[in-house]
Formats: sequence, structure tokens, C-alpha cells
Amino acid sequence: MTIVALVAAWCAAGRVRQVVSRSVTLDRWRDRYAQRAQGMIASEVRALFAVASRPEIVSLAGGMPPVDVLPLDAVAATVSELVLSRGAVALQYGSAQGDPGLRARICAVMAMEGIADAHPDNVVVTAGSQQALDLLTRVFIDPGDVVVTEGPTYVTAINTFAAYQARIVHVPMDGDGLSPAALAETLSRLAAEGARVKLLYTVPTFQNPGGITLTPSRRAEVVELCRRAGVLVVEDNPYGLLSFTGEPVRAMRADAPDEVVYLGSFSKTLAPGLRVGWALAPPAVTARLVLAAESAILSQSMFTQLAVERYLATQPWAEQVKAFREMYRERRDAMLDALDEAMPPGVTWTRPDGGFFVWLTLPDGVNTKAMLPRAIAARVAYVPGIGFYADGSGGTSVRLSYCYPPPERIREGVGRLGKVVRDELALRDTFASRPSRR
Amino acid sequence: MTDLGRVLILAGGLSPEREVSLHSGGRLRDALTRIGIEADLADVDAATLPALAADPPDVVFPVLHGTSGEDGTIREVLDLYDLPYVGALPPACRMAFDKATAKAAIRAAGVATPAAVTLPREAFHDLGAAPLIERIVARLGLPVVVKPRAGGSAFGVTRVEEAGGLAEALMSCFGYHDSALIEQAIAGVEIAVGVLDTGEGPVALPAVEIEPTAGAYDYAARYTAGATSFFTPARLHNDVLRAAAQTALTAHRVLGLRDLSRTDMIVDEDGVAQFLEVNVAPGMTDTSTWPMGLRAAGLDFAVVCRDLAAYASDRPAPRG
Repeated sequence: MTIVALVAAWCAAGRVRQVVSRSVTLDRWRDRYAQRAQGMIASEVRALFAVASRPEIVSLAGGMPPVDVLPLDAVAATVSELVLSRGAVALQYGSAQGDPGLRARICAVMAMEGIADAHPDNVVVTAGSQQALDLLTRVFIDPGDVVVTEGPTYVTAINTFAAYQARIVHVPMDGDGLSPAALAETLSRLAAEGARVKLLYTVPTFQNPGGITLTPSRRAEVVELCRRAGVLVVEDNPYGLLSFTGEPVRAMRADAPDEVVYLGSFSKTLAPGLRVGWALAPPAVTARLVLAAESAILSQSMFTQLAVERYLATQPWAEQVKAFREMYRERRDAMLDALDEAMPPGVTWTRPDGGFFVWLTLPDGVNTKAMLPRAIAARVAYVPGIGFYADGSGGTSVRLSYCYPPPERIREGVGRLGKVVRDELALRDTFASRPSRR
Repeated sequence: MTDLGRVLILAGGLSPEREVSLHSGGRLRDALTRIGIEADLADVDAATLPALAADPPDVVFPVLHGTSGEDGTIREVLDLYDLPYVGALPPACRMAFDKATAKAAIRAAGVATPAAVTLPREAFHDLGAAPLIERIVARLGLPVVVKPRAGGSAFGVTRVEEAGGLAEALMSCFGYHDSALIEQAIAGVEIAVGVLDTGEGPVALPAVEIEPTAGAYDYAARYTAGATSFFTPARLHNDVLRAAAQTALTAHRVLGLRDLSRTDMIVDEDGVAQFLEVNVAPGMTDTSTWPMGLRAAGLDFAVVCRDLAAYASDRPAPRG
């Protein structure tokens, strides 16, 4: 039967009688999802990022480290040696807390940031520090509990808190990081409301997305405010060793072992594909995290844990981190110089001393989410600021990352962005006067 | 029908609909492969033309969405390489892709389409946005739908309920195109009618009714499985369904389209199917309405796409 005949038969059936409509079910579980999954839907911004992955586009969006600069032959040798010598261990189940040997090495890494008293028993190895954050949230947050965070804050932390139905309350930052005065005001307001404030989530060093570092005196103030309010501080510190001024910044956890859970990661100092991060927590919290990890994944990957442990034991990893620092410093300089040159008056940005990110703020009336497709058309990508807030703020800001593209691409990308911003300001001026509604 | 050789599916590209297009292309490749057709999927980039020249396929099946995929560009290029392809010729694509031009042509053929105003960004800049917006609202009333003059997947589309929201909607729209189509929002049932021609003349597929679970049929509603309810055929009277089928066929004919198309309409409260737009490279993802129409007619997606490719490969080259 030809297609025409088939369709004609279908139409003829309709002429004789009303054809019964059928519902096309694309997801028969649509009404069965948990409340916490309601926000997990397709998004336009994600679709635009799919274009940003094309080589024609300078992506200042993602926070990917360029792992191609790693000595891949050394990585290969380490992994090969691991399989040959301890393959039966590496390919077997391990514990939910993680390999003791790796946990000991992690303690040595944290000592570089001033944490002298870390014990391997209080370290939980996780699939990137993201999983540590997920486990902590699982252990502490009931629906409706409050997590206080910087505004802006790390986008995927927002998603984690939202998945556990936390209420996220932002506290503003200035050039010195989270404002203790604003934090005090927020905590007392929340206390007056009767809100259950459980966690303060902070990226105090080379913040994602702000590129800002919390000053030492403020660190003490923040910890003290949280201690008094009974709020646990979660110090997320993936960039701490990537300081451009030489000395690593002293971790908050170094001076407050009972008040702070520290999250660390090898994603930025070795390779994100390994998915090895960790939490350092007070003993009672550690015990809960281990049980939560057990129910989540049974055991961490022994293979990647031992690969990292062996790499740290046999390769000049500290030198590698130093090389990363130099590379990122050069890229940061390229971005700041290019911004000075390309941006019109009225645009401001942060000047990070380490890490991956610059936070750029455009004049009022500009919507950086609406600007994104124009930027993509001009072959440059960034992350709109609104994604780094849970409350819809950040509409005039963008996060720029300088970690991945080499300096000449950064300059090219920032130049393109400068033109896009000027064009956006012209568009804003066009629509600045709204029609009279009288 | 000759034996069908290698089919090259072009997808991806640099439009905002890249991801959608890659899904469409992947699904088409898998379908053709399943029934024994040699089918490759290629992302369109600087390597595409050398590959086409070095190893020309028997026929190209473009499923590129958005600008350059649907505005005739890629087909113009395929014509330069004398490669047969599935779908309309470049001049027809240009007409269909431009919503304002397509609406004018359809209206001239006696088909209803919502009243609209099309203005470029410069007009608001040069003449002043406030008086223009005031005049637009006076002419069209509210609510209106602001759309990029060309483009798909509801990128840059905003429904505006109050005059105060029009400026922001226009700014968002101008992110995707330098010209905006501001159209009266018609209350009614949203439907999509596919058209198919494998050599025996165009036929209309059963109308697919689109009912977003909450709010508008926006990007999230289109591409989150389950966020929209679909009904085939649309829950409308037979007379209305027949009229909608005629409208889709009229659009296909009037705009000079070929092989396949999809016309989006709103059936208003009087049962009149009003033309919104037509697509020359309809989406073929799991949540797309063109394949749903096929299924409703009892047709197999893979077989139909094979027949479309075979019909195109047998077709004499358009020039030279």
C-alpha cells in the first residue's frame, strides 16, 4: 500500500465517523515525579551552550581545566603500574569512606592550606567535591530548611540544595567577600522568622563565580557568627591552591575544626575526569557522611582513588600545580587587559588573585540572559549571572572564565564580547523610555 | 524506484537549535540504519564541503533547524555540488522561513492568519520605541505574541499580556533576529499538521494537538518529555480537521514546498484554523509533532524517510 493510499484510508475513516483521538504519551510517569524533580526540565540556556562547544566559538563559559597540558605519559605509566601491581585491589569494591592511603595523602594536601590537624579518619572521599556537597545536604537538610550562601554562588550548589528542597538565602559580597554585617542581619532576621538555618555554604577563596576572596579577618567573623547561630559552615575550596600571588590562602577550616566542613577536590589540581574529591568533617558528621555515602554508592571507585594516590606518590604533583598556577595567571592577565581595552564605560568586573573566574557587571537595564544568543551569534559565550542566584537576581552580570582558552583566544573572545555589550547598551537605550500607560 | 544508496544526514550547525537538530538527525540515522539503509550523520562545519566533494552521498537529508538550515542556505550549497536532497528548493525555503512573507502569501491564498506587525530593530531605534509600541498595542490589542521574524523552537518568543511587557519581549526577541513579528495572540487549540509527498502528490497527516501542561508551548514545554500533552488526531470536529489539513496543503503548495513540511496553526473559538508558520525541516526528535502525525496515520517513520530519500535521489538535478 502506498503512503497516499494509507493516508487516504485514514482520512476516509474520518469521513465516515469521528476518529477517536489518542493521547500520545511521551512520559507515562509524568504525574509520578517527586516534587524535588519538578524543576528538572529542558532549558534554552543549555541549548545555547550546545552551540558554545563548537570550536568557532570562544567559550568563556565553562570552568573546565585544560587537561591536555598534563604529562599524559606519566599518567599512563602510573595507571599501568597500578593495574599490573595492584590490579586486584583497584578493580575490587572498596569502602564508602575511601581508601585510607589516599585519605592520608589528602591530609597532606590540606596541610598546604594551613590545616595541620586533619586526620584520615575524618576524611570521606567522594566523586568530586560535588558529591560531598550532595551527601552533606542529604544529611542536614529537610525540605524548607535554610541554606545561606553568598550571592552570587556556585550554580550547581544551588541545584543540589534545590534538589533537597532547601530554601536558599543569599548574603551579598563586596570586594572583601561575604559581608559579615549582612550575614549577621540575615541570620537574625531568619531567627526572628523561626526559620531553621542549617548551613552556610561558602566558596571563600577565589570564589566561583565572583573571583573574590574572603579576607582573613572576615573569615573569623563569619565563623563566629555561624557558631553563635548554630549554623554549620561548608567551606568549598576547589581553587585554594591556585593562588597567583604565591602563598596558598589559609583555609577557614584551619582555625575552626568544629565549625567547618571542608570540601576539597583534585578536579582543578589534577583532572576532573577522575572524579576524586573529599570532605573533611568533625568526627560525628563524618560518621553520618560515610553512612550516606554507603547508601548512595556503596563504595567509591577504587580504581580512580588508587590512581590519584599513586600519582601523588610517584609524580611531581606540586610542580604540576605550580605550572597550572602560572598558566592561569597568564590567562587571568590576558582577560583583565582585554577587558580594560574592550569594555565600554559603566561596565565593572572583579580582579581575581587566583582560581578561574571574573564576574562582570553591566549597567542597569541590560539582561545578560537575553544577550546570550547575540553573543553566540558573535561567536563568544559566557554564563548569564542569573544562574548564580536562587532568587532571580544577577540579571545584569555574567561569569567569565579564563581557565580553558589560551591567551590569544581570550583576547579575541573578550573583544567580541565588548562589541556585543556596546550593541546591548544601544538596544537598552532604544527601549529605555517605556510607553505611557495612561 | 532505484536502489537507495548512501544517505547523508546534515544536522547540528551553529544555530541555537543545534541540539534539537542533532537529536533529529540521530533519530533519523538510527531509523534508516535499522531498515538497512546506509546512513551517515554529519555536523555542518568547515570540514563539510571537502567531505561532500571527496565522497558525495547519493542523497542528502538536511535536518538542520534554524537559520542556514531552513532559510535556503544549505540547499543552495547542495545545489552548487549538484547533490540531490530531501526538501524544498532554496527560494521556497526563503519564503517559508520568513514568517512575515509566509503569512502574506498564505493570506493572499485566502487562509486566515492572525493580524501582525513586522518591524526591524532599527525602526524602534530610529523612530522611538515608545510611540511605536503604543501604536502597535492600539492596532493589535493585547495579548500579543512577539516572535523573531525567522527561527524555531520558540527561541526568543514571548507572550505579552500587558503593554509594559512589550519592550522586554522585543529586546529578548532581537537576541535571535533583527526583526520582530508581533502577532495577535489567538485563544484556541494549537495544532501541527504535517505534509508528506513521496512522489504521488502531497498528503496531509493527521493533525497533532498540542496542549502544554502549564503555560505556553515554550522551549521547556517542547523538549521536556511529558511537559506537553499531545493528541492525535486533534480533539476537533471532522470538518475542522479537514479544513486544517487543507490549510497545511495550501501552505505547502502556495509556498512551493517539496517532500515534507509542517504547518503550525491555532484553531480559534469559531473553529477556524489560523495559520501561524510553516517549517521546511520539521523537528524529528522524540517530542516532535511531525513523526507523531506519521504514527497516527499508521506510517512507519523509517519507511517514510527512506521513501523521501529515494524519491529525492531519483529526482533529476534542478540545474545544469
